[in-house]
Amino acid sequence: MSLLSLKSVIKRFGGLTAVNNFSTDLQPGELCALIGPNGSGKTTIFNLITGIYAPTEGKIFFDDRDISGKKPNEITRAGIARTFQNIRLFKGLNVLENVMVGHHLRLKSDPFSAVFQLPGYMAEDRKMHQEAYELLQAVNLAHLADKEPTALPYGQQRKLEIARALATHPKLLLLDEPAAGMNPQEAEELMEFILHILKNFELTIFLIEHQMRVVMGICPRIIVIDHGEQIAEGVPEIIQNDPRVIEAYLGVTENA
Amino acid sequence: MTFELFLQHLANGISLGSLYALIAIGYTMVYGILRLINFAHGDVVMLGAYAAFYGAALFLLPWYIAFPLAIIITAALGVIIERIAYKPLREYPRINLFTAAVAVSFLIENLGIVIFGGRPFAFTRPEFMDVNLSFGKTSIISYTFIIIITAGILFAILLYLVNKTKAGMAMRALSKDIETTGLVGVNTDRIIMFTFALGSALAAAGGILWATKFPQINPLMGVMPGLKAFIAAVLGGIGNIPGAMIGGFLLGISEILIVAFLPSLSGYRDAFAFAILILLLLFRPNGIMGEVQAEKV
Repeated sequence: MSLLSLKSVIKRFGGLTAVNNFSTDLQPGELCALIGPNGSGKTTIFNLITGIYAPTEGKIFFDDRDISGKKPNEITRAGIARTFQNIRLFKGLNVLENVMVGHHLRLKSDPFSAVFQLPGYMAEDRKMHQEAYELLQAVNLAHLADKEPTALPYGQQRKLEIARALATHPKLLLLDEPAAGMNPQEAEELMEFILHILKNFELTIFLIEHQMRVVMGICPRIIVIDHGEQIAEGVPEIIQNDPRVIEAYLGVTENA
Repeated sequence: MTFELFLQHLANGISLGSLYALIAIGYTMVYGILRLINFAHGDVVMLGAYAAFYGAALFLLPWYIAFPLAIIITAALGVIIERIAYKPLREYPRINLFTAAVAVSFLIENLGIVIFGGRPFAFTRPEFMDVNLSFGKTSIISYTFIIIITAGILFAILLYLVNKTKAGMAMRALSKDIETTGLVGVNTDRIIMFTFALGSALAAAGGILWATKFPQINPLMGVMPGLKAFIAAVLGGIGNIPGAMIGGFLLGISEILIVAFLPSLSGYRDAFAFAILILLLLFRPNGIMGEVQAEKV
């Protein structure tokens, strides 16, 4: 049984078809990469899965439930979390609070019980603090809990964004260019970190990445898209030698 | 001016300032999360005063029931306004929301004239707010202090809610990035509702206290306080809650003191508020507490 299933998904923006007839299945525990040239529709696919956009046609199933066209917070509740190409942490909230926002969806008590300090509210509040702190420990950021996120080095901001996503207890984690802007050593650490959370948090990970070292290094399966359409799929060795992939990245070679 | 008279004016200015601050918070919170200037907010102030008036004068409820009840009813009305007039427009350009806010404002004012009548009503202060307190040569009526104390308590509750609770945390996250907040699982609709409820509750408290200070209510009574509170919110740096409080006090105190020191200019009282706004914005375009926007490269 697949965890995530996209069935003939099409997304049009006016006259532009950003995603054209895209289908794929992700199995539980899988680590799969989505690659393609700039503007090929990768982030649009993530935006469709997480509910920022509704598909123009086609269906998206998660855990055997139809999630196409559902609101982002409902999809997060169903078990999909993500990070962003350009880091989007909450400024003005400290590191711990950034993670705590991710715990928000599992809260039972409503804002109004906070006003009256009901006992259930207080207990939940303590639990949330503790869980957020444990999560920071798991990603080695606990010592920075009360810092402003913008004060962190780039690599740690990435980790924090991933920790915030993990706080929602996802089954599927979408990483949008996690290694963007990282030097080779940081990218190396990130690869280890991704493999670490994949195992320890019982995740399925779908990632977009431009750094081929990262993709080829850790992802057993790679999907390549161009102009919103899938052009290749398979293990790294096959992808590297696929003529259509080379063409998409390097342009058409003229036959003399 | 004698020192006693100065103290009297100062107390008056602080109480007026706390009313502006109470109302300004609603503007600033809604702007913070939706980037909307809710022009109907001043009319929500009026609804709060009328709800209290009807509870006390028509249904003869004691003040300690009528006033909290009025606050709850007004909070609910604020949420209804958001649901009906603003929520359906959220995905569209900001100008649509803004136009809707102006429309809601006119609608409430004119419905007010139809339902409550255009004639002003006298608002009766509860007895404990009408006690004449003498401090040496200074005498101040108790409502002045009660307004300041009540506002102070409400500010403390609000700051606690926003800074220490989960809903407040979600509100702060939402004001930074609404899309990401939804994507980490926060039900953004509910947090927006909560924000409107909170802002309208404070506006109702402001309206009721306003009516105890200036004990005459009419359907257009919210216009001027609303406008002044908006100025206060901009002065403080719109979107910033402590800024709205500071802006409110600054405006209230300076308005009263300018007139106190220069009585011949008392006819220009309202003009001062706008003059202060223009001056401040010339030198600090983001307000007192506003973040200076870094230019994006």
